[in-house]
Amino acid sequence: MMEYFTLFMGAVIVNNFVLTRFLGLCIFFGVSKSLSASVGMGMAVASILTVSSALAWVVYNFVLVPYDLVFLKIVVFVVLIACFVQFLEIAIKRYAPALYEMWGIYLVLIATNCVVLGVPLINASANFDFIKSVINAFGSGAGFALAIILMASLREKLQYADVPKTLEGLGIAFILAGMLALSFLGFSGMIPL
Amino acid sequence: MNYWDIFKKGIFEMNPIFRLALSLCPALAVTSTVFNAFGMGICVLLVITLNNMVVSVVKDWVNPKVRVPMFITIIATIVTLIILTLEAYFPAIYKELGLYLELVVVFAIILARAEVFAMKNGVVASAIDGLGMGAGFTVAMLFIGAFRELFGTGTILGGTSLAMQIFPQSYNGPMIIILAPGAFIVIGLMIGMFNVIGEYQDKQAAKAKAAAQLTVQRSEAV
Repeated sequence: MMEYFTLFMGAVIVNNFVLTRFLGLCIFFGVSKSLSASVGMGMAVASILTVSSALAWVVYNFVLVPYDLVFLKIVVFVVLIACFVQFLEIAIKRYAPALYEMWGIYLVLIATNCVVLGVPLINASANFDFIKSVINAFGSGAGFALAIILMASLREKLQYADVPKTLEGLGIAFILAGMLALSFLGFSGMIPL
Repeated sequence: MNYWDIFKKGIFEMNPIFRLALSLCPALAVTSTVFNAFGMGICVLLVITLNNMVVSVVKDWVNPKVRVPMFITIIATIVTLIILTLEAYFPAIYKELGLYLELVVVFAIILARAEVFAMKNGVVASAIDGLGMGAGFTVAMLFIGAFRELFGTGTILGGTSLAMQIFPQSYNGPMIIILAPGAFIVIGLMIGMFNVIGEYQDKQAAKAKAAAQLTVQRSEAV
């Protein structure tokens, strides 16, 4: 049990996806302008990531490994995840239009994104079993949600600050993310991996 | 538009990192040394050029509705080929770049060039567009890498046979520049710098225009 807990906390805080592994930056900087959008995006990424990693684990261990096709993992994962997200989008649009109104736009953005592709690849190279893969995926997604929600809260406050004109927009957002990363750096070494 | 114009627009005017703010992940993740930054830049240059060429060749036979899955499959195949080659012949680079090399598949810039340029242009123009964008990406990566390595450790290309000690041995740079937060802060400041340069150029252009107008007015008055 302890092993799973450390894996989870490690994925959320110590190896935070955005701030120490630099994945999903396009979404991170694009969406964090508004807090409500960030909450939606964080939830969408965390749930899609968990399900698609589980799917990828099944395909990797029951198809790619037995038939000695591991070298095709990038092609297979990309197509698998894109198809899964596309399918999910169609299903949600048909059966839960209200949810689609809220989440639809994020689904399109997630379909080919380094966050969602990165975790299955990490799981495959670390040879995690099924439970560990899912925990790692959920932890990474939760870490992404944590980072983007923190960032959005900071950026909403930033609107009232007097930022030098040349750094307005993306420049100051990067520096702000640097400050956030600095505070997350304090966690490094807490959980040996 | 001639080929030289297609090539050079990727380097400054539409620089993938500083201007378009696309493909930021590797710009932060693998720029702690010049060597890694260069390796990544060359890989991306190869992928983007090859992908542009393949897309411009097959575009007439593929239904436009399925173009995005087609792009993704082509890119993933090219990336797999490059990774297998690197693993076989340059294991040192492969080990350093690792996961980020595999994630080249989902780079927005590669998909964007296929969609915006290669779908509408011939093979040669597409190849040159890919080379230009790739070169712009590599130049930006080298720039960030050189800055971080130089001010973080005082060397350039440290750990390789071409290592150069720029600052004296006693230089004890701020480690933070090589660590994760430094990457964000350095790029934030560089984006600010590019904005200053852009503004200066706009101002110069406006001044030149005003001066030209003045001359016209004067000549009319005379």
